[in-house]
Amino acid sequence: MPDVHVLVNDFVVKLRKRKIEGSKATAKQTAELLRSVISQQRMPHVNQAGALIDAIKMVGEQLIAANPVELAVGNIVRRVLHIIREEDLSLATAAIGGLNLSAESDEDDGVDRDDHPVLSAAAVAAAARSTLRPPSLQALLEDVPNPATVPRSSSSGGDSEGKSKSADKTSKSWKLKHNVIEAVNELIQDISTCHEQIAEQAVEHIHQNEVILTLGNSRTVMEFLCAAKEKKRSFRVFVAEGAPRYQGHVLAKELVARGLQTTVITDSAIFAMISRVNMVHEPTYFLVIVGAHAVMANGGVIAPIGLNMVALAAKRHAVPFVVLAGIHKLCPLYPHNPEVLLNELKSPSDLLDFGEFSDCMDFGSGAGSHLLHVVNPAFDYVPPKLVNLFITDTGGHNPSYMYRLIADYYSAVDLVVQRRPAS
Amino acid sequence: MGVKKGTTRVSEDTVEELARVPLQAILLADSFAQKFRPITLERPKVLLPLANIPMIDYTLAWLESAGVEEVFVFCCAHSGQVIDYLTNSKWFNQPNFSIKTIESHNSVSAGDALRLIYEQHVVKISFEQASLAYVYWILWMDAAMIHGDFVLISGDTLSNMSLTHVLEEHKERRKKDSNAVMTMVIRKSKPSPLTRQSRLGTDELFMAIDPDTKQLLYYEDKADHLKGTISLDKMLLADKSSVSVHNDKQDCYIDICSPEVLSLFTDNFDYQHLRRHFVKGLLVDDIMGYKIFTHEIYSSYAARIDNFRSYDTISKDIIQRWTYPFVPDVQFTGNSTTKLERLGMYRASGIIQSSSAQIGPFTVIGNGTTIGDNTRISNSVVGDGCKIGSNVSVEGSYIWHNVTIEDGCTLRHAIVCDGVIIKSGAVLEPGAVVSFKVRIGQQFVVPSYSKVSLLQQPTKQDSDEELEYADDSSGIVEFPSINSTSAKLTSDSSEAQLLAISEVGAGGVGYLWSVGEGDFEDELRQSVAPIPADKLAEIIQAANDEMEMSAQDGNTLPPSGELQPDSNSFNSEDNIEDRDDSIFFEKEVEATFLRAVHEDVKEDHVILEVNSLRLSYNKTSVDCAGALFYSMMKLAIETPHSSTSELFENATSVIGTWKRVLKSYLPSIDEEIEVILKFEEMCLESAREFSSLFAKVLHHLYDVEILQEEAILNWAAEKEGADEPDKVFLKQSEIFIKWLNEASEEED
Repeated sequence: MPDVHVLVNDFVVKLRKRKIEGSKATAKQTAELLRSVISQQRMPHVNQAGALIDAIKMVGEQLIAANPVELAVGNIVRRVLHIIREEDLSLATAAIGGLNLSAESDEDDGVDRDDHPVLSAAAVAAAARSTLRPPSLQALLEDVPNPATVPRSSSSGGDSEGKSKSADKTSKSWKLKHNVIEAVNELIQDISTCHEQIAEQAVEHIHQNEVILTLGNSRTVMEFLCAAKEKKRSFRVFVAEGAPRYQGHVLAKELVARGLQTTVITDSAIFAMISRVNMVHEPTYFLVIVGAHAVMANGGVIAPIGLNMVALAAKRHAVPFVVLAGIHKLCPLYPHNPEVLLNELKSPSDLLDFGEFSDCMDFGSGAGSHLLHVVNPAFDYVPPKLVNLFITDTGGHNPSYMYRLIADYYSAVDLVVQRRPAS
Repeated sequence: MGVKKGTTRVSEDTVEELARVPLQAILLADSFAQKFRPITLERPKVLLPLANIPMIDYTLAWLESAGVEEVFVFCCAHSGQVIDYLTNSKWFNQPNFSIKTIESHNSVSAGDALRLIYEQHVVKISFEQASLAYVYWILWMDAAMIHGDFVLISGDTLSNMSLTHVLEEHKERRKKDSNAVMTMVIRKSKPSPLTRQSRLGTDELFMAIDPDTKQLLYYEDKADHLKGTISLDKMLLADKSSVSVHNDKQDCYIDICSPEVLSLFTDNFDYQHLRRHFVKGLLVDDIMGYKIFTHEIYSSYAARIDNFRSYDTISKDIIQRWTYPFVPDVQFTGNSTTKLERLGMYRASGIIQSSSAQIGPFTVIGNGTTIGDNTRISNSVVGDGCKIGSNVSVEGSYIWHNVTIEDGCTLRHAIVCDGVIIKSGAVLEPGAVVSFKVRIGQQFVVPSYSKVSLLQQPTKQDSDEELEYADDSSGIVEFPSINSTSAKLTSDSSEAQLLAISEVGAGGVGYLWSVGEGDFEDELRQSVAPIPADKLAEIIQAANDEMEMSAQDGNTLPPSGELQPDSNSFNSEDNIEDRDDSIFFEKEVEATFLRAVHEDVKEDHVILEVNSLRLSYNKTSVDCAGALFYSMMKLAIETPHSSTSELFENATSVIGTWKRVLKSYLPSIDEEIEVILKFEEMCLESAREFSSLFAKVLHHLYDVEILQEEAILNWAAEKEGADEPDKVFLKQSEIFIKWLNEASEEED
């Protein structure tokens, strides 16, 4: 346990000091941290899932508080909570099957009989719930069942016939943990491959001779464009530089290195460029592809500063506005939720040179108050009506469909990550 | 700790080791100044809250984020409080970040602190053993805590700069030139043209920097600020292709130092102030050829809180987020959650605020504070747990924790410390500072720029110099209980209360500190309150009057250690005072030397004593060399002798014994030429007996390697054009010079 504490503290400190950059890295590290929390959690005999959930919530609360602006942390915490609930449910469902089996095979097992009814009551209820629930979207899309927990558990249930009772119990307590860790591993896998997953769909969206407009630098966008290039699509990219951090310059450099025709424009030229390109070049199609900081439950996007302007320009000129977002960026909260901190104000030094303006900030003479105020917000909010399409690892979605996608990944009870007050 | 022999191999090893050692920092948790009195009588400056977080937390957070792994916190005044705070803080159990405290009660300056750090952890060895600097260094490397380059910073400095660049630069330079001992961080900041002071309230700073190498050539922060002129020594330009002079740079007081810096402080025991003595000392005296370089930062922030004005300015910079990520809404020290709302309003949780209260922009409101009806707060910082009544107006003020302000008070540009109670209707006028737990009586008006404290103002019977340091400790000794217990004060010493009532109104407790006449100007310039417009006009008008005053401006410096800019000492021709000085200086050096001869004082001690004389008389090594040589020759003459040959023998023996001392003042050809000229002068005036021996002694000096061939030849060339009577000695040594010339030609 002390290890975990050290790990958690370390991570909290890093988050606090804004030392981890990028939501992907944050998401991955959060998932890895939670995995080690789970693996080190001692499991009680009853209500194992509850114990796990409590442990995750306790850590999650700290992590979320450490950097409320980075929504990916909260998303991953909720995802892991959801995973635990799901695994618990599927184990319970399997236990009903196991119960039937064991009831037939060993009749002299009195203790087991005492144990089962408690379990089965919950299990039956859960099973009833799961039959009521419509099949998950993911299952429909991928056409494969979720991690094969059901067959695995039934087979081990079969094995356990010959074993002693205690062994059976430990294997059971171990199983939930094992399954959860398996699932979290999958989640980590998903996060680390999300760029490729999204990029795979590039050819479906980028067409020959199209002009792509993007703003700032997003790794997802970069991979997406490069994937299309690799598939021999020929297209051009307009990169708005993304003041004040000018990440667009970095993107332009990388795109040119990969052999893409790239044009760099200032942010303020976006309106002009979108219209101009349609006029001058004969049948060219314009497409805006951007990355996001987070996608909210209503389909709104929290994105690097300047994106709302791009979205409005796209709307004005009827250009499709496509947002790429890895699955860890889906946030189950609505932007009006009080937990959501929408923005972060960065240092004004990105905008102004302190030395040049130092005489404007001399408080020794005059009124002694600020006449010069510099605001440097990091994010913009793009309302859902301006977004035409979201592309996530699982495919393209409408903004209005986001809430449904989120229902697949998160449990409604976890929206507010807060431990129940200890009774 | 084994004592290694200083072989070249070992020193190479240690140089390699430098690259691997963890980055260390020395943090001085004491400013060794009294600008924050009376507050600092009760609490150390580094623990004063800045936007509700103690200053030292900003410094430590920055050091930690910049990759410093080990910090030595040097605590002096109120060391107990600092250590207590640190032990209970989060900083102590951080992985990869260790804090060690060093405690001292008798250090009165940054110089003392560094000397203590050096001495505490260094094997003390005698000067004889340590005659070679590198042996000393290796010994020191072996035993000391500081293993390599370190960051020197005081606990009241804020920054968010990255250290990687400046460290790389420093290391790179060290590889090329081992004399580059320090890199000073500077940044651009324009001084006000009206008041000739920086936005941090410090005097305008002039620097001369070599634009190619970034070497610092000149540093003057006590220039005649009203004239706005400086005079540079032309020697600065002698070997540089160009020099750029700046007045728009701010010294950030962040230094990357090599270990030699600590030993320099020990060698020059009169160095007190980091800038005034150490930096200027290195620049003016050219000690061992050590050099200081500068590193300018552009996008990141760094500033030191020197006075109340900089406290105000830096607080505002924090609120404006120039120090990001060290801003109130980022929990860099685990402080409680504060949210940034519209228009730069920072609000912690648990604030109870009346709906009719108006909280203006750029304010910070602390945890659990209550604000009453119709109260207006703007441009201010309010701490945790404050109770502010109705109809209070707070503007540009800094209210610390647990302060009670009753109804109808007005505070403008004031600082109010922890636990203060301001009774209803009281007014704090701009620039007022109210120290801990003071009670301001009803309707009382605290006048502008005044200070109120529970402690009485120390009487100024001593000279300013002693006051600057000595009282820090006496302040603690006299009033040990006040900072810890408030209840005690209210219960006992009713007499003091009665006395105090008259000073801060009915029902008030505290002493009103008076401001001295001469200090008032400084008060204005360095107060939290902006300088009023009419005062500004006055300042410009009064410029002429103040020029005379500025001569006394240096009164905060210990007079003996004050270093005048080089330029002054060279104008000695028409300055009688300076001439007197040189005569006294020569006499002193002679006396020192004679004492050394008779009492068998060690060579190193002689060097040290002459060094201190040099500093106190503001001389250069040229003067020392001349004076020393003069006393040596005089000794030779005064030793009984019967013939010129005996006199020559006397001279050679004296030279033989003391040549090391003399040699240490002959770093370059110029000094050597000075020795020849001095000798010439002696032969003509005071010691005519030598006149016949001139060529012989000269030859001898050449033989024992005191004088180089080049120096003698230069001297000869200089004398070539002189008048006939001046050429006597040149003729006398013609053969020798000819021989030298031939020898050098042969070499070619």
